[in-house]
Amino acid sequence: MNAPLLSRRNLLLQGGALVVGFALSGRNAQAQIFAPVATDGFSKPVAPDQVDSFLALGADGRATIFSGKVDLGTGIETAMAQIAAEELDLPLDRVTVVQGDTALTPDQGPTYGSLSIQKGGVEIRQAAATARARLVQLASERLGLPADALATENGTVRPKSGGKAINYAELVRGGRLDLKVDPAVATKDPATFALVGKSVARIDIPEKITGRFTYMQDYRVPGMVHARVVRPPTIGARLESVDEASVASVPGLIKVVRQGNFLAVVTEKEWAAVKAAGLIKATWSKWEGLPEQDKLWQHVRATKVTKDDVTSSTGDAEAALGQAARTLEASYDFAIHTHGSIGPSCAIAVFADGLLTCWTASQMTHALRKQLAAMTGLAPEAVRCIYVEGSGCYGRNGHEDAAGDAALLARAVGRPVRVQWSRADEHGWDPKGPPTLIDLKAGLDGQGNVSAWSSQFHVPEGAAGNVPLVAADLAGLPHETALAPGNVIQNSALPYAFPNVRTVCHRLATTPFRPSWIRTPGRMQNTYANEAFLDECAAAAGADPLDYRLRALKDPRGIAVLKRVAEIAGWQARTPPVKEASGDVLRGRGISYVKYELNRTYVAGVAEVEVDRGTGRVRVPRFFVVQDCGQIINPDGVRNQLDGNVIQTVSRVLMEEVTFDRGAVTSLDWASYPILAFPDVPEVVSDLIDRPTEKPWGAGEPSAAIVPAAISNAIFDATGARLRSVPFTPAKVKAALQAT
Amino acid sequence: MAHQLSLDVNGRAAHLTVDDPDTPLLYVLRDDLGLHGPRFGCGLGQCGSCTVHVDGQAVRSCITPVSGLKPGARIVTLEGLGGPDRLHPVQAAFIEEQAAQCGYCINGMIMQSAALLNENPKPDETAIRQALAQNLCRCGTHLRIVRAVRRAAGTL
Repeated sequence: MNAPLLSRRNLLLQGGALVVGFALSGRNAQAQIFAPVATDGFSKPVAPDQVDSFLALGADGRATIFSGKVDLGTGIETAMAQIAAEELDLPLDRVTVVQGDTALTPDQGPTYGSLSIQKGGVEIRQAAATARARLVQLASERLGLPADALATENGTVRPKSGGKAINYAELVRGGRLDLKVDPAVATKDPATFALVGKSVARIDIPEKITGRFTYMQDYRVPGMVHARVVRPPTIGARLESVDEASVASVPGLIKVVRQGNFLAVVTEKEWAAVKAAGLIKATWSKWEGLPEQDKLWQHVRATKVTKDDVTSSTGDAEAALGQAARTLEASYDFAIHTHGSIGPSCAIAVFADGLLTCWTASQMTHALRKQLAAMTGLAPEAVRCIYVEGSGCYGRNGHEDAAGDAALLARAVGRPVRVQWSRADEHGWDPKGPPTLIDLKAGLDGQGNVSAWSSQFHVPEGAAGNVPLVAADLAGLPHETALAPGNVIQNSALPYAFPNVRTVCHRLATTPFRPSWIRTPGRMQNTYANEAFLDECAAAAGADPLDYRLRALKDPRGIAVLKRVAEIAGWQARTPPVKEASGDVLRGRGISYVKYELNRTYVAGVAEVEVDRGTGRVRVPRFFVVQDCGQIINPDGVRNQLDGNVIQTVSRVLMEEVTFDRGAVTSLDWASYPILAFPDVPEVVSDLIDRPTEKPWGAGEPSAAIVPAAISNAIFDATGARLRSVPFTPAKVKAALQAT
Repeated sequence: MAHQLSLDVNGRAAHLTVDDPDTPLLYVLRDDLGLHGPRFGCGLGQCGSCTVHVDGQAVRSCITPVSGLKPGARIVTLEGLGGPDRLHPVQAAFIEEQAAQCGYCINGMIMQSAALLNENPKPDETAIRQALAQNLCRCGTHLRIVRAVRRAAGTL
């Protein structure tokens, strides 16, 4: 099962007379390319303004699409193939998608922020449309017919009036397209779509279902050895000494690698590495730099603020609060979460001839390449990162860190090294979704409408970009840590037309753990606070929560999703709390809405909850969700994302919280960090509003944003108690019930 | 201490030597036999992604030492359950329902469900959810998985 040793040059020469580089057949073919041998001539362009960067038309009639965005289990490999095949007029099964290879794919930015289709897919669409226009032009010259007398069909250009069709490969034989992407190129009329908008079956699923798929965790290279990292017992501990004799008897031990506070064991076989990592004796210094968990929110409040981002300012919120007929005030908080990938992170690295190649499930291979270059002192051009799909990551989990570990170890032992994190490594050392604290005030006028709204969000300063690599940090190696402010401040401003609004994000200098992004970062926490606090306003006004939103909303597409979700949920006007009871179980419904980042995908949802007033346990038996993400590429794929967003977020909201002592994370497995299991998974009833003539927007994140508030609001409807602290654990629910 | 093993994996005899009799079956299947179906998820028997069948029973291979296997034990992995040309009904149903996102947990979901259907060919939804209660999925594909098992059972 080891991949054949193919140099990139060999592979390109095999392509020989191929038009643009080469076309690959079969999935995972890209992963078989061994080393970054790009110094001797033929190199594939990757500049994002070149058509050849995005696609190659093979002599065999196939097209290879080069996508900087990668499939993290969301189905975008299939969606990208649909977009390209549609625009190129090729059958879907003649399109192969190569993903996230720094030597082959353009840098389209990390695969995050619900931007794969919206940004990455649109760029591929433009490249494919530009290519198609050139193919028509070439055929026009060849046939002496005007371009508008020609049509593309099934990988050929043919005269509309009949006559011989010419294959694409014949038209571009002997050279690249050498063409800039034309952002203004005419793309297909959505009315003529044959593939886009259809629930095409996912390309990857049959192999995943039959055990033939090669995940990152399955990938092997010749001569490869295995490593396990041995992390410090506390985050800031220094490695004082290592007793190498403690692992000397482990069969096939190759090396104990120690560099600064970085420690790992490398062995011939994988199980030996697991054993050695458990057996090794090392002494570490004491460190107690984390805040006390039960004083987390005081800690957040006391953290230095480096700057304030005023995300919206309309009228004079302070003055209007002073004049309001009634004011409300509340604080909301949202716990620290871990990504919880089912497969712990894994990577392989090899050093050869001064070049570093890394196979990784990173969502951002181009950025990782810069980080590995900084860490190893190599030029970025000497580093190649190749994406191999791993377990779902839902953001920046440990994949990049495992790559850093592998790079360090590959250099230390001079052989290809595979690093597989343990469950405790993943739960303990992946960067975390930061704790978020939100303070809100509102003023209502005599009719109960919001006349003033003022909110303050405590969010990290750096929340995107390059999270520091654990290996570089522990080993004291140079960092490439261009942490960017990110979009965690998005959706702190409101989608509603209130007269006096001021929303401010306090950017915090530090967080207890390395912060990163977990699905719907910031937008989830911010929408939770806004939509739950708005519900408090509606309750104070004695208004139906749906009607209260509709009267403050001017956006017709927003109104449409709210009305549609009310329809499918059979929403009946109510003035919560309704407190529908049967025995110890109280039932309620809550509604919530988001316009993602106030400029794209619309989602509305209704949660049904059951609260056991004896135990404080909350169940969500059913969740209704309606989404408008503009033009839909694959409706079944979008519905799969809606299910996933709702179920994962119900888990986060009801159950999840990273626990820690003064030194380290203590929730290191699934028993101490439980997630929602089958018996408690809600039915998800979803509906899509498709707008084929609109731009395609993201679907991977937005529907998660509405879930926390919908549940909080439903609990209020059921019980009259307001849950303002995620997760809504039985203990918190019971305390809230006692306080009402 | 080298340990000789003779296993029946997916209907084929495999003879191999492991350094350590405590080696979990998972590592033998993945590293010695090159199988991709059973997956490493936790090494603690908590998530189910490593599930295989041993004599028809769903077993967590990450906590099953090879030395504890009975001689002649018949091991079936996802690859042996069915392949692209000869899908097991549960596999066919998972494809039909497009019941995967990242798919990392799916090995366990299929192996556990196939074992369930062997014992209870017509489980209702509650029985399916209970049978899968110890199998974790992070992507939130649960509803499609349940539908796929119902489809395989002919109760959809």
